[in-house]
Amino acid sequence: MGGFSHLSDEMLVSRLQRAAFSYLTDYADADTGLVADTSRPGSPCSIAVVGFALSAYPVAVENGWLSRAKAARLTLRVLKFFLDSAQSEAPDATGYKGFYYHFLDMKTGRRVWQCELSLIDTALLIAGVLVAAGHFDGDGIESEIRDHADALYGRVDWHWAQNSTSGLSQGWKPECGFLHYGWEGYNEATILYILGLGSPTFPLSASCYETWSLTYQWENLLDHNVLYSGPLFTHLFSHAWIDFRGIRDGFMREKNSDYFENTKSAIAIHREYGERNPYEFEGYCRDLWGVTAGEGPSVASSRGKGRDRRFYGYMSRGVPYGPDDGTISPWAMLATLPFTPEAALAGTRHLLERYPQVCSDDRFSSGFNPTLRDGDGGWLSQGWFGLDQGLLAISIENHRSGLIWEIMRRCPYIRAGLAHAGFSGGWL
Amino acid sequence: MQRTTPAALSDDEASLLRRVRPQDWRNPRPKSLYDLAIIGAGPAGIAAAEYAARRGFTVALIERAVLGGDSLHTGSVPSKAIIRTADIYGGMRDADEFGAPLPEQPAFDFAAAMDRLRRIRTRIAVYHSVHDLTALGIDIFFGEARFAGPDKLVVDATPLPFRKVLIATGARPKIPGIPGLKETGYRTSSTIFEMTALPKRLAVIGGGPLGCELAQAFCRMGAQVTIVQNNPKFLPREERDAAEILNWSMARDGMEIRLNTVVIAARREGDTKILETLNNEVKGEIAADEILVCTGRVPNIEALDLAAAGIASNPRRGVTVDGFLCSSNPDVYAAGDACLPLKFTNAAQSSARRAVANALLQAGQKHDNSVIPWCTYCSPEIAHIGLQVWDAHRQSIPIKSYTVMLNDIDRAITDGEETGFVKIHVAEGSDRILGATIVASHASELINEIAVIMSTGIGMQALAEVIHTYPAQSGAIMLAAQAYRRDTDSTVLQTPSGKPLV
Ligand SMILES: Cc1cc2nc3c(=O)[nH]c(=O)nc-3n(C[C@H](O)[C@H](O)[C@H](O)COP(=O)(O)OP(=O)(O)OC[C@H]3O[C@@H](n4cnc5c(N)ncnc54)[C@H](O)[C@@H]3O)c2cc1C
Repeated sequence: MGGFSHLSDEMLVSRLQRAAFSYLTDYADADTGLVADTSRPGSPCSIAVVGFALSAYPVAVENGWLSRAKAARLTLRVLKFFLDSAQSEAPDATGYKGFYYHFLDMKTGRRVWQCELSLIDTALLIAGVLVAAGHFDGDGIESEIRDHADALYGRVDWHWAQNSTSGLSQGWKPECGFLHYGWEGYNEATILYILGLGSPTFPLSASCYETWSLTYQWENLLDHNVLYSGPLFTHLFSHAWIDFRGIRDGFMREKNSDYFENTKSAIAIHREYGERNPYEFEGYCRDLWGVTAGEGPSVASSRGKGRDRRFYGYMSRGVPYGPDDGTISPWAMLATLPFTPEAALAGTRHLLERYPQVCSDDRFSSGFNPTLRDGDGGWLSQGWFGLDQGLLAISIENHRSGLIWEIMRRCPYIRAGLAHAGFSGGWL
Repeated sequence: MQRTTPAALSDDEASLLRRVRPQDWRNPRPKSLYDLAIIGAGPAGIAAAEYAARRGFTVALIERAVLGGDSLHTGSVPSKAIIRTADIYGGMRDADEFGAPLPEQPAFDFAAAMDRLRRIRTRIAVYHSVHDLTALGIDIFFGEARFAGPDKLVVDATPLPFRKVLIATGARPKIPGIPGLKETGYRTSSTIFEMTALPKRLAVIGGGPLGCELAQAFCRMGAQVTIVQNNPKFLPREERDAAEILNWSMARDGMEIRLNTVVIAARREGDTKILETLNNEVKGEIAADEILVCTGRVPNIEALDLAAAGIASNPRRGVTVDGFLCSSNPDVYAAGDACLPLKFTNAAQSSARRAVANALLQAGQKHDNSVIPWCTYCSPEIAHIGLQVWDAHRQSIPIKSYTVMLNDIDRAITDGEETGFVKIHVAEGSDRILGATIVASHASELINEIAVIMSTGIGMQALAEVIHTYPAQSGAIMLAAQAYRRDTDSTVLQTPSGKPLV
């Protein structure tokens, strides 16, 4: 306890990064290579977490946590698993049309919970697949990795997911067909569009990206100019793979900004909101923020400080429009390291000092709500979530060495996708 | 308005009828020619009649039910009266926040609330009464109008010779074809205000403005309300941030919310009405004592025999009009809900005046939706004027929104009315205001400042200089303009939090 304050920034960050990475191997199935959504007993695999794991193996190699050969074996095992998995309309398949169900059985890889065939989570998985292909450039098993990666990417039928519209559906279920949640506005899906547009086999139609950007809102909020999206993670996910510094699409050219700068603005808004703390939540300040999607308390509403306190459970929280119930994600501040390192470190240190319970075994919990007095130190989400750990491992690496960004800059599919989405300038 | 006449009328109801349809009324003998014959005496018809009569034209105003239309009898007025009751009663929940806790939760008096509603209706009817309109020289005919040829209009059997006609017949609730709904029994906005007791459980079908307003009001009065919306969001015409705030606010009030859900069937079990629903593949049921259908409105055009007069129309959109509100018959114009996509009282009135000016004075005035503010009177209220961001994108107009959160406004904080925002859309590269969305307890009032600004052509620069009272919630409008100034004028200092972009 209290074991961080003596560490230098660099030591602190690498210790937390290593712990985050080790989640991805600790909670992987030994046979399938699938990685668990959470550390909780019985958790299924989330395909997005596998995408982060695939992206993180090269990080481990570079840091000397895994040998290259071992990382290659782990990688090939997962790619093989997906390539051989059941692809059909059957309700218990692993995927369909090259996409995969959001949650899979860790052992069999079959769909669980009647979950949706997920476009965004498939995109995160495929992003990891392409990182693997970019990193393992040798012969033998490494060339097998590249072949498998090509096959996996090539068979995703992105075009089918448009469901004959100019937009993109949000998923599909064998029970009821395409899902439509009416997503409006900017969010974490940029990577999905880029991968879809870059496909050599079944690309998205070009108008797709524009249809989406028609719903964007360019706002001056709390004195910052931002392409608005409420939850913090939406400003981080696509950025884990794509180095948006200096490259711009039509929208950002018009606004004289880019998606990297935009994330910085979003962070500034989150910090300022934390300081203003309009709902008078416990703990919030300029160095305690990180309102995003994730788990939170699901208890009955109560009253505190003369206000209704409602808690939303698992929810996409956002700033400044809400919803916000006083839950922050302890990992989120550190995940902003590539964008605003000072803010990320100041916040993380403050959090660790004030609420050390949010970090056990050097890994951050997924959600923390100090306003809800549930026991002593507030409500704390149990165990760890793979998405949080994966994003942290990669974001920290991008900050330190730019490794994943560098690999993806070289990826021809990413370059093609960016070009089709109208990106130019900078490293393109 | 079809109402069963009770045995003895209360004083209020007697006064109301005297004002909107006297019981001993006899239609006048028609003049040999009217400059203008108006079909329908709702807000559009009445506004048109007054406008024309005050300019010396002869006017016949035809109404098949009562003066005042939907707005007075089953729309704007009664709904706002009941929403005020719901605000007061629902607001008591938070009284302790202000240090004024209630000893106990008082019982709700539905009858008193409905009495108040009826008194209000009667009072407001005085402003456009039969007495006042006839005093202006308007000939009022109670009866159903229809065309009998391109230049022939009859009221019941009496022909009314005219130079020009204005169709202002309004709209009525659209009833979806849900199997079993009719047999199960339901109410619409036309009949909900006739209820004599608060239903314990109310199921509302439709999450547009009317559905949301009424659902939330009944919830705040104490009914258990479930609202079903087939769209992924409420108020599909509003931007996401506004619709989501409403979503949270309704959830906080304790409403059951079923988005992305369609009602596939209805049935009755004893006294309970049951809606069968489908959300993606998941089936569900909602048990209720009353069902309220708010699934849109259809124009009242069937009785008019428009074809006989060569007037093009569409059963869903109503009378087809050009930008000047003229139909395909050059002597026939239309206004209000009978022809407009924006079905609001203010739109009805302004379109009616324009139509008359065009018909009788060749004024050449275009009807312009973009200057009509509207509001959904939920808690918080959601008001809009002008372009939405997606409209601007579609028209390739670079647009930027200056947003001030209400929880940053001193007066909203002192009032404990912090939910919402003021968002002003500006054409980038200029200070021209293209539109605005306001979510606030009193958004219906705040949006009018923007309406004035837009109609005078004042931009953000000048707005930033306009001195507002302090503290006031409308200060948010001024602060948005000042944010604009800080953002665009490199000679002023940025806020301490800094500005990220150079
Ligand atoms: C619950 C509810 C709440 C509302 N709240 C608001 C609000 O807050 N703000 C707002 O701006 N708007 C509101 N509206 C909408 C508003 O009431 C209408 O837009 C407005 O009444 C339209 O006016 P109108 O004159 O076009 O039509 P109407 O008010 O419908 O009047 C049409 C008249 O024509 C008569 N008529 C029809 N056919 C014939 C015929 N063949 N012969 C003779 N007469 C005929 C009808 O009897 C009726 O009196 C609300 C509506 C509802 C239902």
